[in-house]
Amino acid sequence: MENFVELIYFLTALLFILGLKRMSSPNTARSGVIWAGVAMVAATLATFLLPNMHNQLLMLVAIVIGTVVAWIAAKRVQMTDMPQMVAIYNGMGGGAAGAIAAVELLRGEFGEAQGLKLLAILGALIGSVSFTGSLIAFAKLQGLMSSRPIQFPAQKLVNAGVGVGALLLALWVLVSQPSFPILAFFLLALSFGVLMTLPIGGGDMPVVISLYNAFTGLAVGFEGFAIGNAALIVAGTVVGAAGTLLTLLMAKAMNRSLWSVLVGGFGVEQEAGEVKGSLKPIDLEDAAVMLAYASKVIFVPGYGMAVAQAQHKLREVADVLEAKGIEVKYAIHPVAGRMPGHMNVLLAEAGVAYDKLYDLEDINPEFPQADVAVVIGANDVVNPAAHRKGSPLYGMPILDVDKAKNAIVIKRGQGKGFAGVENELFFADNTRMLYGDAQSVLGQLVQSLKKL
Amino acid sequence: MDSTWAALYIFLLAAFTGYEVISRVPVILHTPLMSGSNFIHGIVVVGAMVVLGHAETPLEQAIGFFGVILGAANAAGGYAVTERMLEMFERKPKGGQ
Repeated sequence: MENFVELIYFLTALLFILGLKRMSSPNTARSGVIWAGVAMVAATLATFLLPNMHNQLLMLVAIVIGTVVAWIAAKRVQMTDMPQMVAIYNGMGGGAAGAIAAVELLRGEFGEAQGLKLLAILGALIGSVSFTGSLIAFAKLQGLMSSRPIQFPAQKLVNAGVGVGALLLALWVLVSQPSFPILAFFLLALSFGVLMTLPIGGGDMPVVISLYNAFTGLAVGFEGFAIGNAALIVAGTVVGAAGTLLTLLMAKAMNRSLWSVLVGGFGVEQEAGEVKGSLKPIDLEDAAVMLAYASKVIFVPGYGMAVAQAQHKLREVADVLEAKGIEVKYAIHPVAGRMPGHMNVLLAEAGVAYDKLYDLEDINPEFPQADVAVVIGANDVVNPAAHRKGSPLYGMPILDVDKAKNAIVIKRGQGKGFAGVENELFFADNTRMLYGDAQSVLGQLVQSLKKL
Repeated sequence: MDSTWAALYIFLLAAFTGYEVISRVPVILHTPLMSGSNFIHGIVVVGAMVVLGHAETPLEQAIGFFGVILGAANAAGGYAVTERMLEMFERKPKGGQ
């Protein structure tokens, strides 16, 4: 029986890798997750067949509770809230890895196998940080707490102290066997996850969530070694490596090093430059006319579009314009929204063909030829201040909306972006502000355009 | 070759696999892929089950129980979120029209 279960685990690992591979191409992505899903169910069922196991009823109850609650929550949530759902489920995985280590350490399972014990402890440390860190990330994105960096005096010192304390306790747990350092170790590791995430602003959250995703993968891999389970080793390590690469890709897209994301809060040392010019509002009719007589229009969606659920209305506007023979393109900033690809997913949901979506490098040379660039709820990713030294945004690649002949910015109010920096684009001579909720503004634009 | 070394080789190859699988992926799939890899580490539920299966004291049982709930939520929630994201790619007409 044990060999049968091992065979299932082996096939699970294989299907996970093939599934992940299929997920990395748009045409096969859906089948990829289904393959991985089948493997997950098979591995879970097979585990009930392992010999010398107790508490099967408890397992069943726990699985049902976890599955039902998570499934319902995931199905109910709005597409725009997906990033924080990824964060919270990821955190739970980290917590589970921590729980595995806690039980194994309490049982004194490792005896003389110091190497395995070390891996278990490392997994516990990383998993615990991922657990509480992801919960904070969830709370920030869900609006349960301020998404701004949270700072207090001597923060770096406190954080470093807690981090070093957790490491020392980890060492103590490694060389001894009383219960006290285990409890203290977990408390410090969990606190470190909270402290580490508090000073990170909402704008950097995608990178952080991705990092915690890699953390959880690694923690799962380590716990796999500790309990001698190959499925955990392979799946955890694959995700750990893939997640690390994804994190670096994201950090690169924002032109921020991982270190500066983790150590410096976004926009901490602010140098608010004076912005010249004024905000010039435009009314709907004028905006409609401007669009209707353009020959090339580029849409720049951002988080505001996601919040307003405006992707369907945006597509309607684009359809009307295309019917008038106007060339329409979408410029997608790598970190528009709260995650790379966030905009692509939403626009795909609205039925926009993805060959109309252009990456930053491909679309930037086209802005000077665009008659109108329409910014829908994007802010920092179109702020020309990123080109100027001393700005907190300096160095971040941006979409060159300021190079377009005209720009219309659809925005709810006069607030600043996540980075807390005034946007010079909004004050430019050829920029007009169209205030209102993106969904209703775009809906009214469709009506106005149809009348023209 | 003892099992520690075998495990290290597994680690090495798995890490390389993860890196390769994701290295040539279009930006459009970054979010679904992060979500998909989030789902895959939900396999931790199996580890939590094994641990709960060997738990003896009430404390161990409680922690194991908690671990299985968290792991199952990771797997189920991760799957549902990923599925919902990828569903959108399927309905859309193929590019080029």
